[in-house]
Amino acid sequence: MPEELLRIDSLKTVFHTEAGTARAVDGVSFTVGRGETVGLVGESGCGKSVTALSIMRLITDPPGRIESGSIFFEGRDLLSLSEKEMRKVRGNEISIVFQEPLSSLNPVFTCGEQIREAIALHQKLGRRESRERAIEMLRLVRIPDPEKRYGSYPHQMSGGMRQRVMIAMALSCQPKLLIADEPSTALDVSVQAQIIELLAELRDSMDMAILLITHDLAVVAQMAERVVVMYAGAVVEESPVRELFASPAHPYTKGLMDSIPRLGQGLERLPMIPGTVPDPLELPQGCRFSDRCPQRFDRCAVEPPLFELPGGRRARCWLRCGRDA
Amino acid sequence: MSILAARGLKKYYRSSGGLFLRGGRLVRAVDGVDIDLEKGKTLGLVGESGCGKSTLARLLMRLEEPTEGTLEIEGTDFLSLKGGELRRARRMIQMIFQDPYSSLNPRLTVGSTIAEGIRIHRLARGAEVERKVGELLGKVGLPRAAYSRYPHEFSGGQRQRIGIARALAVEPDIIVADEPVSSLDVSVQAQIINLLADLQKDLGLTYLFVAHDLGVVQHVSDRISVMYLGKIVESAHAGELFSAPLHPYTEGLIASIPTAQPGRRIRAAIRGDVPSPVDIPAGCPFRTRCPKAFGRCGEDAPGLVEVSPGRHVACWLHEG
Repeated sequence: MPEELLRIDSLKTVFHTEAGTARAVDGVSFTVGRGETVGLVGESGCGKSVTALSIMRLITDPPGRIESGSIFFEGRDLLSLSEKEMRKVRGNEISIVFQEPLSSLNPVFTCGEQIREAIALHQKLGRRESRERAIEMLRLVRIPDPEKRYGSYPHQMSGGMRQRVMIAMALSCQPKLLIADEPSTALDVSVQAQIIELLAELRDSMDMAILLITHDLAVVAQMAERVVVMYAGAVVEESPVRELFASPAHPYTKGLMDSIPRLGQGLERLPMIPGTVPDPLELPQGCRFSDRCPQRFDRCAVEPPLFELPGGRRARCWLRCGRDA
Repeated sequence: MSILAARGLKKYYRSSGGLFLRGGRLVRAVDGVDIDLEKGKTLGLVGESGCGKSTLARLLMRLEEPTEGTLEIEGTDFLSLKGGELRRARRMIQMIFQDPYSSLNPRLTVGSTIAEGIRIHRLARGAEVERKVGELLGKVGLPRAAYSRYPHEFSGGQRQRIGIARALAVEPDIIVADEPVSSLDVSVQAQIINLLADLQKDLGLTYLFVAHDLGVVQHVSDRISVMYLGKIVESAHAGELFSAPLHPYTEGLIASIPTAQPGRRIRAAIRGDVPSPVDIPAGCPFRTRCPKAFGRCGEDAPGLVEVSPGRHVACWLHEG
């Protein structure tokens, strides 16, 4: 096990809406080790992005609120830092890359200038040095002709190039943790592969940890060492990647894996999970997955805890109570 | 037997050229495409953004008029139809859209949304309309109570079911589905794919399934056509296309798909980005990204040729 870099403990983030309180993140705990890549997987509304925003303390309050829990980064609780101290953490020690690069970049500044600004701000470098460093970053993320591309505006670049710019900006201060929130989802298949390949290479050469947030299990299989599966605001399974794919411990994880159409598979019906993800305003009683679970039994009326299983695995399912994974 | 046949379809747009520029440049969105839909079968159409697959789908629906080409549906020249004739013919071909949020009218109840087509095409009247809508709701797996509710009360997957019921309401022969599952979650995606397969079996529907996700397309299709910059570059039976792709672009696309097998590092098989459709490279449109490009590829564009029965490819490496 690598040394612990990030530890999230019983995090609860809620959103107060007119219709009621949505428990978006409802007692989430997991860790990310130094240099480790952890995949945070789940479908829309499961709370994975809210978890990421909570780590960065970017939850808009109101309507959102981190209700309780702690987020330790290198032993410091980020939730107890002042906004000024937190600003030093953001971008410097923890960076984030979002799904949609076009809306994350400022349209009226050139891409190079935006990277330069981030560097100048965090590293207190002068104009010339920060510019050189920005060009170096563009080269690092394999943007062809970086001196010329420094002066390009976001709209003059393709989606893949813009995502490279975002990655360059995020990595410009050599963060210890990169949070990548669906970094390749909005991109075409061929470009998606390029971005994942790039992230994997940069992680290895820069020795940083990545919290990879995605709905795509295949992307996780390619990149992550450990996987945390979320459902309706809670962690339902955690496992090293190989074991997860070899034998998912939670019925939800298994259902997700089975429902992906695979290449080379025949035309038979796809196995599917019936029903839909529960409304965060009205979470079901007992196990959150019970109303869609093919293996439901009477115990599921009570919410199961996250059982510790051998091999560093955890599963929130009564079927795993006192058993091996 | 083909129920829909398009030959040499082209759609060119003139780009506005910006605020201070006069005239625009020609965008060749669809550039000479032949399509045959076989009755009761599914043709998958794959390609990356900007390849013209959605424009092609809209041309087949006559939501756009082609710049050039012919289109026959059940033997009638669909492009020459006007007024009442066109309206009647439109019943044969219906569309399902990608975004179930923006493709439903928020002010209409689910019942009126589905009933609209039935009324317009006078397929039923009075209480019969309501009975038909109820039947359709059942067919797509929605409760009858959905009738008097509004789209915002439903989840993405349920809205897609409403969209499917609306398309089925006028008893079409052909359904054009433009990325019908790409905005849905994995677990819901499988439900919709299975629903579409069941409906095809029960009603003998013909599908054109447009998508960028090769895994999904492979699962639902009998045949697949791969599009790149307005042209079809390869077309084959679904199994064949995946087991032995002939076009370097198809090969690259298949290699780029991440597989759910840990430990297998992803390989970016295609370099660079799709060129802008206003600036299509001369010669073969794929040559700027093709690992196998050679002299001839820059000189002229290869045509789509049949290399074995039912197998078409546009690449100088597979000439005849």
